[in-house]
Amino acid sequence: MDAFRRSGGGVRTKFDAPEAALLRSLIEQIMSLLDESEDDPADLADLAGPAGPAQESPARGPGPDHPDTISDASVHDIPPAAELEAMLGFSSRTRAPLDPALARLLPDAYRDDPDASGEFRRYTERSVRSAKQEVAQTVLDTLPAGGGPVKLSHDQAQAWLRALNDVRLTLGVRLGVTEEFEDEWRRMDPQDPRATAFEVYAWLGDVQESLVQALS
Amino acid sequence: MSVAPAEVELPQSGEQTTPDTPWLTIVWNDPVNLMDYVTYVFQTVFGYPKSKARKLMLDVHHKGRAVVAAGARESMEHNVEILHGYGLWATVSSDS
Repeated sequence: MDAFRRSGGGVRTKFDAPEAALLRSLIEQIMSLLDESEDDPADLADLAGPAGPAQESPARGPGPDHPDTISDASVHDIPPAAELEAMLGFSSRTRAPLDPALARLLPDAYRDDPDASGEFRRYTERSVRSAKQEVAQTVLDTLPAGGGPVKLSHDQAQAWLRALNDVRLTLGVRLGVTEEFEDEWRRMDPQDPRATAFEVYAWLGDVQESLVQALS
Repeated sequence: MSVAPAEVELPQSGEQTTPDTPWLTIVWNDPVNLMDYVTYVFQTVFGYPKSKARKLMLDVHHKGRAVVAAGARESMEHNVEILHGYGLWATVSSDS
């Protein structure tokens, strides 16, 4: 991969085929991680409220046996609470995800106030997730699967920065990266099973640094 | 920007920092985010000049955290949502 260079109002570079395949694959994994429908069911255990999906209540008001009841449909077809909240763009989740990588992407907004964090999460988590999905999608839309030239507008470059950062954060959590990453990597035995992942992490840092430099 | 957030001199941004709005946006150090990236995010999100953005970034890096904005609670929550979008580890805190 070449360093990113300014080009018009945006930036350009090129990726070879293996680099493009690697980056696309990582981005796709982030999108999957951020997909709420793929959350670990155990992590969603607190989502079933009083009207949650776990509760079937057949005796809720008149059903089809009372066709002359005007409120029939509204009483009978109330979607689960989680579904209603989804319609409104709210999340039912009020605590950080169990998966530490996902929790790093969607951190608590208050350090010592779980209630305030929960409330904030309810109103913002879904939009933060979808914003992250969008920037990831921008990378997929602008990075040819077989590699080659990449030309990004300013906005697309911003999306790349954010998406690259999400990949690095996730990989950083998985690898247990610390401030001593550079030293650790330099000293690492090439036979160490983590060596490849460390190399990928370092490469992603180079890509992101190059993009920041081109934009700064 | 010299000491811990609780006693810190509030950043002189374009935002009003009156005693009526004792809420802070704090960014915490983490081992992943690149220094130049964090600086760039502060410039982009808050419109800070590069020198100020870089100083805040260095505070985060060396002191573990920095107050990057102060103002009304809603405004600080909005900042935090945006900073989470950029992958920074940001929290809202009351200035008390």
